[in-house]
Amino acid sequence: MSRRKDNYETSRWLKFKKWVDGETDLLSIGMEPEVPVSSEGKERRRDLARRKAYDQELIRLSAEHADKTAIMKARSIRYFQKFYKVMSVILCLGIILVLLWTVASLPVTGNADNPANNEVAARYIEKGLQETGAVNIVTGMILDYRAFDTFGESCVLFIASCCVLVLLRLDADSKNENIRKMIAESDDRHFEPKNDIILQKCACVLVPVIMIFGIYIVLNGHLSPGGGFSGGAVLGSGLILYLNAYGYDRMSRLFTEKVYKRTTLCALTFYCLAKSYSFFTGANHLESGIPLGTPGAILSSGLILPLNICVGLVVACTMYAFYTLFRKGGM
Amino acid sequence: MNFVQNFPFFSIILAMFSGIVSSVLDGRKARNLSLAMIAVTTALSAGTLLFCLGSGESYTFMMGHFPAPWGNEIRAGILEGVTAIFFGIIMFLAVLGGLDHTAEDVEEKKLNLFYIMIDLMLSSLLALVYTNDLFTAYVFVEINTIAGCGLIMIRQKGRSMSAAIRYMIMSQLGSGLFLIGLSILYDVTGHLLMSPARESVELLVAAGSYRIPMLVIMAVIGVGLAIKSGLYPFHYWIPDTYGYATPTASAVLSGLVSKGYIFLLIKIFYRVLGYDNLVSSQMVNVLYVFGITGMVMGSIHAIHETDTRRMTAYSSVAQIGYIYMGMGLGTSYGMVAAVFHIFTHSATKALLFISAVGLYEVSGDKKDYISLRGAGYRNPLAGIGFTVGALSMVGFPMLSGFISKLLFATSALESPHKMLPTIIVLAVSTTLNAVYFLRLVITLYSRRRPEDAPIPETRARSSWQLRLAILCFIGVNLVLGLASQPIVQAIRDGLAMFG
Repeated sequence: MSRRKDNYETSRWLKFKKWVDGETDLLSIGMEPEVPVSSEGKERRRDLARRKAYDQELIRLSAEHADKTAIMKARSIRYFQKFYKVMSVILCLGIILVLLWTVASLPVTGNADNPANNEVAARYIEKGLQETGAVNIVTGMILDYRAFDTFGESCVLFIASCCVLVLLRLDADSKNENIRKMIAESDDRHFEPKNDIILQKCACVLVPVIMIFGIYIVLNGHLSPGGGFSGGAVLGSGLILYLNAYGYDRMSRLFTEKVYKRTTLCALTFYCLAKSYSFFTGANHLESGIPLGTPGAILSSGLILPLNICVGLVVACTMYAFYTLFRKGGM
Repeated sequence: MNFVQNFPFFSIILAMFSGIVSSVLDGRKARNLSLAMIAVTTALSAGTLLFCLGSGESYTFMMGHFPAPWGNEIRAGILEGVTAIFFGIIMFLAVLGGLDHTAEDVEEKKLNLFYIMIDLMLSSLLALVYTNDLFTAYVFVEINTIAGCGLIMIRQKGRSMSAAIRYMIMSQLGSGLFLIGLSILYDVTGHLLMSPARESVELLVAAGSYRIPMLVIMAVIGVGLAIKSGLYPFHYWIPDTYGYATPTASAVLSGLVSKGYIFLLIKIFYRVLGYDNLVSSQMVNVLYVFGITGMVMGSIHAIHETDTRRMTAYSSVAQIGYIYMGMGLGTSYGMVAAVFHIFTHSATKALLFISAVGLYEVSGDKKDYISLRGAGYRNPLAGIGFTVGALSMVGFPMLSGFISKLLFATSALESPHKMLPTIIVLAVSTTLNAVYFLRLVITLYSRRRPEDAPIPETRARSSWQLRLAILCFIGVNLVLGLASQPIVQAIRDGLAMFG
């Protein structure tokens, strides 16, 4: 017969059983792991404390070190900036000195014996009129003797306006939310029309004169000083003045992005095709069949007149496009 | 006059014309037109080269009705033909490889503008290769600069804007110096066309007059074009520019644009200033010193980079240093090696940039070393492409880089004073190249670690265009490496025609 135990709940067996089953909460029954306060333990505690202090010291030191390095860095940057300033001044002075020295040893301006006054310039002056039909020798030079370079220059204008389009054109139907917001914020068209009477009256008088003057410069490029580049700049400034006085709504009757694109395309295509024909016939020693006309008449000097018109259109369009794109809101 | 002789002129005009027409086309059509145009101009250049090889001499072509000292002129010879074909092929593959990334990076409505830039860029490169006129060269340098700037900034994300501004400033500085040089040259010779200018330069040197202006011309033109091509002390625009542009733009800028300027510089050296005059005036030694400094410093910068694209960009600095070192040796052998390295570098660097894109695609568009771990398994073809490019840059036999290193080393033997530094720096630079390129290759083929961040699934496979471009680039590299003899011979003959 077994002996009944009254205090079964506190018996060791039950505790063990509960522990095996994982039901014991060790802390609740007072079995918390107590660190025995032995000499070893004391040492460990001291160690811990020491390490903590050491860590804090380390942190403090590293902070100090960071401060120090920051100061050192700032100082070295300051030194570098000073050094940089001094060196750039010395370098610039050196380059200026060398270039001035060079200029001093170049041929004197206006001297008849200068190397630049050779057979090249002589032929431009003596035979220019006869060979190109242009009274204005400069135009004859840039649009006939060296027309390939001028085609390159018009392409420079074209690609520059393309770059500005890349940079500044905002698409109203863009998928990007931010861009649409930017357009709404930046559009200054809703301040228009400003109806500034003084400006409008002035523009009313000035714009026709400017435009006619511009057209005159372009069309007379082969007869008098001027030509496509200068005339186109005048035309472009006339367009900009009109836009400022009357606003986009009135302007869009005449000039939109579509018109801009088509004008540039037609002008450059014509230039390209006409000059290709001329280069091809020239290089293959064929007759180009383009009459030079009587020098001095408006319809003379072969391809120069239409080429001047093309260059003028490209320049005017580019100037106008630059203005509208740099002013917010696009074309 | 043979009809084939018109081909250089046709190819320049065709490239410009397609750029102009693209302004009214939509993005897709502009892209197809651009690809077709590049293929046609490459074929035309091949025709020119065959004609020049057949006739055995170069020829000039009047752009208009007026002969040499009065009108514009272009010139074609063997070296021009080879370079034009090469530029065409690289341009075609770079555009093809980056096709879908271009469509992603560029706004849809501005896509045609991107291809306008590509078209005009090619036209300007061809014009720089073929020109026989200094001012034409300047005009097309301008087109090249603006088109390059547009190509960088059209990806309006990240640091591409500041990169474009940096490029613009440095490049304009280079153009300005170049223009100053041309103006002084015109003042003392009175000619803008290369052949008559060369005659007057010879007369001036023989007479010993205008000595200071001649020195300044050499220095200013050399430094101007060196800034534009990214020689070592003037290289600060390179890493940002190549690192943040859209892949096609990076490949074109690193592979072609800087090479166009170097080719122009070589042409001016031979056809205007006279290479012997440069050697006797010690100008080549300056280029040589800059070159060998760049070879070492570019590689050291590349080792420090963690962004792999910027690392590849810094490696370009080192490779440009190789080219200038070859030019600075002062012998025709060195020049042949330099021209061959132009081809090597443009093929290899474009391959590296394009195949790196395939690796970034499978690594969640991250560009640092850790994200790229194991990318060689995830996109095998791009991994192989990058490995081939890296080995070629290091100088592994059978690949193009080996041939150019061999040519550099043998040409160093011909110039006794520069032999030792050249060979030592060549060895040091090769080792440094191996350090950063092979580190990346090993990273590409090591297993991913568990602590690496998981890769977001962006793209199942690269587009077929990218894969085709990588394959073709590997092919170009192998051709340059295995069949180098005829190419080196052509370069030698072409340089002889220059002189």
